[in-house]
Amino acid sequence: MTVQTAMPAASASLAPNLPVIEVEGLAKHFDMHHLGQRLDAFSGIGFRIMPGQFLLLTGHNGAGKSTLLRTLYRSYLPQAGHVWLNTAEGRIDLARAADVDVALLRRREIGFVTQFLNARPRVPAEDLVAEPLRLAGRPAAGALAVARAALAEFGVKRELWAAYPSTFSGGEQQKVNLARALILPQRLLLLDEPTASLDAGARAALVRRLAALKAQGVAMIGVFHHPGDVAGLIDAELNLDSKETSNVAK
Amino acid sequence: MTLYPMDAPAQSPTRDLPRLMSAAPILSMTGINRRFGTVVALQDVSATVYPGEVLGIVGESGSGKSTLLRMMNLEDSPDSGDYRLAIPGSAGNLFDLDRYARRMLCARHIGIVYQNPHLGLLMENSSSGNVAERLLIAGERRFSVLRSRAREALDASEFPLERMDARPVELSGGMQQRVQLAKAIALEPALLLLDEPTTGLDVSVQALVLDTLKRLQRDRAITMVLVSHDLGVIRTMADRVMVMRKGRVVEEGLADQIFQDPQHPYTQALVHAKL
Repeated sequence: MTVQTAMPAASASLAPNLPVIEVEGLAKHFDMHHLGQRLDAFSGIGFRIMPGQFLLLTGHNGAGKSTLLRTLYRSYLPQAGHVWLNTAEGRIDLARAADVDVALLRRREIGFVTQFLNARPRVPAEDLVAEPLRLAGRPAAGALAVARAALAEFGVKRELWAAYPSTFSGGEQQKVNLARALILPQRLLLLDEPTASLDAGARAALVRRLAALKAQGVAMIGVFHHPGDVAGLIDAELNLDSKETSNVAK
Repeated sequence: MTLYPMDAPAQSPTRDLPRLMSAAPILSMTGINRRFGTVVALQDVSATVYPGEVLGIVGESGSGKSTLLRMMNLEDSPDSGDYRLAIPGSAGNLFDLDRYARRMLCARHIGIVYQNPHLGLLMENSSSGNVAERLLIAGERRFSVLRSRAREALDASEFPLERMDARPVELSGGMQQRVQLAKAIALEPALLLLDEPTTGLDVSVQALVLDTLKRLQRDRAITMVLVSHDLGVIRTMADRVMVMRKGRVVEEGLADQIFQDPQHPYTQALVHAKL
C-alpha cells in the first residue's frame, strides 16, 4: 500500500486560474527595545504562486528566508505590504487578518513544516499524526488508518506507532513530525528545512509526498539547505540576497 | 538609562475584523475600568473569546490579570464596563445582574479553577460531594444522578475514582486541582476560567494537569480563559495571548507571534526573561 493512495485528496479546490497567494511590497523589521536597535529583515518582497507551484527561497544564512516563511504564516507581524490568500471563502490579507481568522486558516488552508516535533506527554505517535485529520472532522478509525500508513511510509517502525514520541530519537521524532505535518493536504504549504538531518529513506518518502501534494494542486514555498533534494519539484526561485523577485505566474 | 521603555503605549497593529470566523464570541468584555482607592486595577480593558478558544492572559503580580478573571466570574464589578456571554437566556450587561442571578449564572455556565484549592473546594467534604455541590446548586436533587455525574466529571479530569470519597484535605496538590477541575466542568460550562491552575505544583505534576486540560480542550472544545505568570504554561495551552501590565493590555496576538515576535517593550522583556 502506498501512502499517496491512502491520503485524502485536497479539500475544496479553487478555480485553477486564481493564484493561491499574492505577496505585494512585504516588509519586515525587528525593533529590539533592549538595544534600542532596529534589525531590517527584508522589504519590497512581491510574488505570486499558482496552485501546484513550488517556490524555492534562496540566499545566504541570515538573508531572511525563514523570517519570510514565518511572516507569511503570521508568526511574525509584517510592517508593510500584503499577503493575499485566495481562500475558499474569499480573498484575505494575512498581513492584517484578525488573529482568529489566521488561526482558522492554519487549521484549514496553510501548513507549516519544520524539522522539529512538538511532542506532548502521553500522546502516542499515531494519535499525534492523526490529529490534523481528526480536527478536520474525519472519523477516528479512518484517521488512524491513514496515520499508520503515513508512519510506515516515512519509515517509523511499527513497534513505535503506539509509543510516546517524546522518548524517540531526534531522527524518529522528525519522521513523526513530517507524517503529521503533511497528512492533511492544505492549499499552501510552507516548508522550513524539512529535510535537514533526515536519512535517505525518509528524505525519499518526503519528496514522494510533496510530489503527490503538488500534483493535487497544493502550492509550496520552501527553504532547503540542499535544494537538490527537491530539484524536480521547483518551479521558481526567490533569492533574498539581492531581494530579486521573480514572478512565478505566467 | 532605561533599556526597555516599559510605559510605551499599547502595541496594536491594525488588524481587520474577523471575516472567516462565523461563530459569535462566547465572551465579550468592553471598556472595563476598576479602581481600588487610588490604585488603578484595570484601565479600559476589553477582551473577546470565541467558541473553543483558549485565551491566555499573562502579566506579573499586580498587572490586573487576576482581577480581570474575577470580573469574568462575576465575583466583582467594575466602575464601568460591559460584559456579555453568549449563553441561552442571557441578554444585556451581566454586571447589571443581582447577586442571586449572578450566582445562578456562574453555577450553570462558568467553571473556575483557582490556584488555591481552598478557594474552590470545601476541604473537609468528600471530593465527590464537592463536585455534586455544583450540580445541587443548579437544581439536581436525585442522589443517583448526582453520584454518577460527579463520577463522570472526576473521571474526565483523570482523578483516580477509587479515591472519589476522600476529602480534598487528604489529597496531593495535583489531585486537589483535579477535583476543582471536575467541579468546574461537571455542568459542561460555556466558559472555563483557570487562575494559575498549576502554580505551586511540582513540575512533573504540573505537566500532567496541563495534559489533562489539553485533552479536555481537544475532546470537548471547552472555551477557556487561562491566567498565569508562567509563560511556559501559557505557551502550552493558549491559542491567543493578552499581555497585561499595570491594569492595561499592552499587547495581544496569536500565541506564537507573542512569543516569537513580541512588539511591546514589556512583552519583549518578559519573553527574553524566560529560561
